[in-house]
Amino acid sequence: MPVLTTDKGAVWRRRTTGQSLFHWFIWLVGIAIFVVCWQQISEATTWFFVWDAPRIAGDIWSRATPPKWDYIAQLGRPIWDTLNIATLGTIIALFMAIPVAFLAARNTTPSKLFIRPIALFIIVATRSINSLIWALLLIAIIGPGVFAGVIAISIRSVGFCAKLLYEAIEEIQESQVEAITATGASRWQVMAYGIVPQVLPALAGIAVFRWDINIRESTVLGLVGAGGIGLQLSASLNVLAWPQVSLILLVILAAVVLGEWVSAKVRAAII
Amino acid sequence: MSATELDTLIGRKWRKPPFVRNATLRWGLTAGFVIYLIAAYMTIEVNWSRVYEGLDRGAAFVMAFMSPDFLTRWGDIRDGMIESVVMTVAASVVGIAISIPIGLGAARNIAPMPVYLICRAIVAVSRALQEIIVAILLVAIFGFGPLAGFLTLSFATIGFLSKLLAEDIESMDKTQAEAIRASGARWTQWINYGVQPQVLPRLIGLSIYRVDINFRESAILGLVGAGGIGATLNTAFDRYEYDTAAAILLIIIVIVMALEYISGIIRAKVQ
Repeated sequence: MPVLTTDKGAVWRRRTTGQSLFHWFIWLVGIAIFVVCWQQISEATTWFFVWDAPRIAGDIWSRATPPKWDYIAQLGRPIWDTLNIATLGTIIALFMAIPVAFLAARNTTPSKLFIRPIALFIIVATRSINSLIWALLLIAIIGPGVFAGVIAISIRSVGFCAKLLYEAIEEIQESQVEAITATGASRWQVMAYGIVPQVLPALAGIAVFRWDINIRESTVLGLVGAGGIGLQLSASLNVLAWPQVSLILLVILAAVVLGEWVSAKVRAAII
Repeated sequence: MSATELDTLIGRKWRKPPFVRNATLRWGLTAGFVIYLIAAYMTIEVNWSRVYEGLDRGAAFVMAFMSPDFLTRWGDIRDGMIESVVMTVAASVVGIAISIPIGLGAARNIAPMPVYLICRAIVAVSRALQEIIVAILLVAIFGFGPLAGFLTLSFATIGFLSKLLAEDIESMDKTQAEAIRASGARWTQWINYGVQPQVLPRLIGLSIYRVDINFRESAILGLVGAGGIGATLNTAFDRYEYDTAAAILLIIIVIVMALEYISGIIRAKVQ
């Protein structure tokens, strides 16, 4: 136990001298890095705009309120598109994620040496690139529209779903798999009767969870031209129609909250 | 299973139990889902000839991944990457620093009711707003540049980290905290010695995970003018310079992989 000896006797301390010195050193390095970073940001900032910011914020607020309520009639189709992007994107993602997850899980992969690293790379690569970037890329390839959004969302979701699913597959009870194997089942039968029933609840949970995230992401895909309500948002922003912008933001907020509510309900029902 | 139940089952062929037990609900869900899929498919306009034309460009992009061009635009890539990293570090530090008090306030077993409600409201607002939308508003208010990106990421970090920290504090072991309190500790000492050691490992793990997310998000903030590598990436796509775009994407993937690897080591150490 680290103690500090004073003339009044030994006093308890949390750390030894060496530990606290090390602690302080780490803090010092951390703060130094932060200060350097802050200086970089500060140099690239026009501080005049920042001092002016409260006035601008007030100005934008006064322009954006009240929202232009009758514009909502034109938002029905975009919000339907957004919902489609999220839902179809999630479904396609699941179709791609399930094989990837089985190839990536240690206990189901056919080859730990060759196939597992490839599956893991697919997971990391699709996960590390945001759906907006996938959308940018797909728009250049297959043209703007809802379809590009669906594909972008689905590619982005593959890594996420596959990662969670393969972790669930690795945590299954081996005894059930063994029992099925002992009946003389083939590899596919073991998969269908021993493994799949164990991960099915997890899969359903992951699907709904990802769907919720995808609703959020699909609302902004339109900013780069991939369909959905983001298209209206960027069009309104470009013509500085702030009352429309505030209405669109409210609609997006409602969609996100609704999506989260549905997903929470469904997950509570499954688990 | 009771004897009579077993009797009724004997002599019948075994069938896999369905995932949803209630038959009406099961068929209702299936039918609703199919109808939705048809409706969604009908409303998505896919220009297949355009998609077909784009396949060449898709192939070109895949080829570009094989031979990424780091050199031609190396100056732009480096500046953008440094800006992304700087934004990530600064925003993570500030976001984590702010989210700790808010997390404490949002834990029901620590905070009094009014504080709890205020902190939960902050968390809810921060989580409901998509990063890119926050970035658009902040760019409009603070002007172009990394400051807007930094503020966006900090704001998003607060919602994510405070919520998870508060949940962790709410599920902590009460006896340890009570023991500290029984020794006559002040509130700050109680937090420091009773609560903090219990949640610190998870807080560190979550913080590193958030750094990872912040870096990924910083890559898209440039699309709306909030600094970072996104602007360079967008330009590369617009100019059809796929080899440069592939180089940027590869750098992002490598950095995310490295971050994930480091976070794995650190998390294994603190837990």
